[in-house]
Amino acid sequence: MYDFKYHRPATVRQAANLLLKNEDAKVIAGGHTLLPVMKQRLASPPHLVDLSHIEGLDGIEMKGRSLVIGATARHADVASSAIVGEAIPALAELAGLIGDPAVRHRGTIGGSLANNDPTADYPAACLALGATIVTNKRRLKPEEFFQGLFTTALASDEIITRVMFPVPKKAAYVKFRNQASRYALVGVFVAKRPSDVRVAVTGAGSEGVFRVTAFEEALKKRFSHKMLDGLTVPAQGLNSDLHGSAEYRAHLIAVLARRAVEAATGKA
Amino acid sequence: MAKISLIVNGNPVKDNIDPRTLLVQFLRENLRLTGTHVGCDTSQCGACVVHLDGKAVKSCTTLAVMADGHEIRTIEGLAADGAPLHPMQEAFREHHGLQCGFCTPGMIMTAVDMVHRKGHDLSDHTIREELEGNLCRCTGYQNIVLSIAAGAKAMANSDLA
Ligand SMILES: Cc1cc2nc3c(=O)[nH]c(=O)nc-3n(C[C@H](O)[C@H](O)[C@H](O)COP(=O)(O)OP(=O)(O)OC[C@H]3O[C@@H](n4cnc5c(N)ncnc54)[C@H](O)[C@@H]3O)c2cc1C
Ligand code: FES
Ligand code: FES
Repeated sequence: MYDFKYHRPATVRQAANLLLKNEDAKVIAGGHTLLPVMKQRLASPPHLVDLSHIEGLDGIEMKGRSLVIGATARHADVASSAIVGEAIPALAELAGLIGDPAVRHRGTIGGSLANNDPTADYPAACLALGATIVTNKRRLKPEEFFQGLFTTALASDEIITRVMFPVPKKAAYVKFRNQASRYALVGVFVAKRPSDVRVAVTGAGSEGVFRVTAFEEALKKRFSHKMLDGLTVPAQGLNSDLHGSAEYRAHLIAVLARRAVEAATGKA
Repeated sequence: MAKISLIVNGNPVKDNIDPRTLLVQFLRENLRLTGTHVGCDTSQCGACVVHLDGKAVKSCTTLAVMADGHEIRTIEGLAADGAPLHPMQEAFREHHGLQCGFCTPGMIMTAVDMVHRKGHDLSDHTIREELEGNLCRCTGYQNIVLSIAAGAKAMANSDLA
C-alpha cells in the first residue's frame, strides 16, 4: 500500500471540503473494496477521508412511503434492521447475502453504490425499486447514477449521504453466487411497484446492472411467474468469463427471474 | 503519522503509527499478538478475524487508525494466560477442529461472534452458512462444524462470553 494522509471529518460538509482541497483524495467508508485495491497498489489515493465518524450518516428510518438508509449503514445493520424487514424484506435479505458475516460488519451501502461493481448486489435493488440516491449536491435516479462498469455520475467531491427506497407492493431478490468470490454470478431483483413492474439484473451485463423490459411488460399484465414462460434473454452483450458463458448467464437470468417472482408472490 | 488509542483485550493501548498500518499488522507487529494470522491477500480467508466492538471483522481489511477509540478482542483475549481455555477453544481441542491450526484463531473468533448473534443452539446448516468467510485447507470442515456446535452449547454454561 502506498502512503496517504488520513482525515477524519465530523460532518459531510467538512468531508466534501477535504475532497475539494486535496486532489485525488478519496473517501473511505467500510474499506472493503478500497483497502483490497490499495493493498494491490491498483489505487493510491494520497488522502483518505474517513466517513465513519460522521454522526447520523448511518441511520435507517421510514419517511412517508419511503425507506431511507444512510450511506454508512453497514450491510449487517440493513440485514438485521426491523424497519427494513418490515418495509422491504427483500432488501434485508439481499444485504444478508453480501459476502460473509465479517464483510457485512464493515461494508456500507454507500460504498457499494459508489463502487458500482458489475457483480454487486445493491445496484440491482436500487434499479428495480426505483430508489433515489441522495448526495451532498443533488438527487439522482439509478438510471442517471449508474454509468457502466465501476463508473457512476459522482463528481470527485460528491458524497452519497442516503438512499431512498419507495416501498413496493411485492419484491424479491434471488442471487446465484459465484462460489469463489461470493459476489453474484447473476442476481435478479423483481419489484411490483404501484405503477409498474421492474426486473433488474446484476452480475451478467457487460455494462453493469440493467433492466429486462420484455419481462417487465409480461409481468405488468399479470404478476405471476407463468407470464415468463417461454421468454428468454439474448446472450449478446452479456459477460462471458471462466465462471460462466454469456449463454449460461442468459439462461440463469430467466430461471432466477421466475424464482424471484415466485418468491415475491409467495410472500405477499 | 497518526496517534491512536484503543482497548485491546481489555487493556488500553496508545501508539503513533503510519496510517497505512493494517489492524492485523498493528496487532502482530506492534503489540506482538501473533495469534491473529494472515492467510490471504484478498480478504477472503478469515484467518485474521478479530472482534471490533464485539463484532467479527477481518483485521487485514481494516486500518488500525479506523480502530482508534474502539475495542478490539483477539484470540489471546478469550481466556487469561494459564487459565482454562475458553469453551470454544476447548471444543476445538476436544473435537479435533484443527489440523495445522493456521485458520483456527479466525475460526474461533468467527464462532464466538456467531454464538453472540445466533445463540447457543446452532444447526449444521447455520454454522456452514456463517463460515462462508473462513477457509480451512486441512480439515474438510466436518470437525470444525462439530466443534462450533459443541462450543456454542458449552458457552451457555460458562462465565466466559
Ligand atoms: C470477501 C468479500 C466479499 C464480498 N462480497 C460481496 C457480495 O457478495 N456482494 C456485494 O455486493 N459486495 C460484496 N463485497 C463488497 C462489499 O460489499 C463492500 O463493502 C462494498 O462494495 C464497498 O463498501 P465499503 O463501505 O466497504 O466501501 P469502501 O471500500 O470504503 O469504498 C469503496 C468506494 O466507494 C467510495 N465511497 C464509499 N462511500 C462513499 C460515499 N458515501 N459517497 C461517495 N463515495 C463513496 C470510496 O471512495 C471507494 O471508491 C465483498 C467484499 C469482500 C472483501
Ligand atoms: S488474511 Fe484477512 S481474510 Fe485472509
Ligand atoms: S487447520 Fe490447517 S488451515 Fe485449517
